[in-house]
Amino acid sequence: MNCCNEKPIIELTAGEKLCKQHFTEYFENKVFKTITKFDLIGKEENLGVAVSGGKDSLTLLNILNKLSKQNPKIKLTAIAINEGIEGYRDKSLITAQNFCDKLNIKLNIYSYEKEFGMPLDNMLKVLDVKPCTICGIFRRYLLNKKSKELGFTKLATGHNLDDECQSIMMNQFKNNIHSSARLGPKVGINENKNFVQRIKPLYLCTEKEVTTYAFVNNILDNFIECPNIGKSYRAQIRDMLNDFEAKFPGTKYSIVNSFLQILPDLKQRFKDAEVNYCSNCNEPASKDKCNACKYVEKLNKAKNKPLIKIK
Amino acid sequence: MQINVFFDRENKEKTINLDLNSSVKDLLTKMNINPVTVIVSRDSNIITEDEKINDNDKIKLISVISGG
Repeated sequence: MNCCNEKPIIELTAGEKLCKQHFTEYFENKVFKTITKFDLIGKEENLGVAVSGGKDSLTLLNILNKLSKQNPKIKLTAIAINEGIEGYRDKSLITAQNFCDKLNIKLNIYSYEKEFGMPLDNMLKVLDVKPCTICGIFRRYLLNKKSKELGFTKLATGHNLDDECQSIMMNQFKNNIHSSARLGPKVGINENKNFVQRIKPLYLCTEKEVTTYAFVNNILDNFIECPNIGKSYRAQIRDMLNDFEAKFPGTKYSIVNSFLQILPDLKQRFKDAEVNYCSNCNEPASKDKCNACKYVEKLNKAKNKPLIKIK
Repeated sequence: MQINVFFDRENKEKTINLDLNSSVKDLLTKMNINPVTVIVSRDSNIITEDEKINDNDKIKLISVISGG
């Protein structure tokens, strides 16, 4: 069924076809409803927004900017991580900077090279490690640490329904159920000052909806894909889920909605997991040292140079 | 009929032969592309899967998959 006499641009999972204007309204309302439903943003926030220059994070920034304009006590600052992936992140960060300039939002960029001693491209030459493993550890570490330094009350990320669905299935397939307890639209302990709570306002938006919104609102830049993604387990789960979604529309919503029903039980079950602090950098850690410091030690040994200490 | 299709993920333009009265869905099936993974535009306007395609149309396929 069409929404009006204008040409439709998208057919939703439920079968409704929306034109450009009605889809934009539908999408923005969906994000605002997600924020309200999961109590993601308070009336007064110093909100960080993690941006990569991709469609998800810039769509998120665009919508949060509208929210901030209506609620001046919600202050926005963007943060980006330059992992050091030549031909990919250098290009996407230019897009991110241009978009932040357009919205008049300050962008803070931190690099692996400055913080950990070398760019990711070089790390992968000296260490035998899966790219997404080391990259994810360093990125999460820097985002939390720098968000604290910048005084963010929360950090918003561009994770969408597809991302969450993939994480849920990856954890199921690898029997990492304790990791699923750390998923959901709002992550991190509000009372713990060592964690900046992370929120996902695009939690209920499919990747196709986000791309469509980005395209019709002139946010989408040229497609560039991380050169390391093809090697990842996540990419294989993503392809499997997309095949299933094509055969059985609504599969991804079902996975996330059923997960949301058991999430409170998972959080309850794993709430007692003890948080330690790294003996080297004092950031949160599951053991004596955090994973970021362990990898920096490995990198320094691999380089055969004296250890560098994270500042 | 002949259709020119540019796929941004592969950064390539291809010429595809289609039967008259074919739809976007037929095009994607012929190219073996999952419709969940792309949005389709003609003259910079997004079109839905049931839209008919015309001879000599210039079609762009935009990948919805995250860059990583």
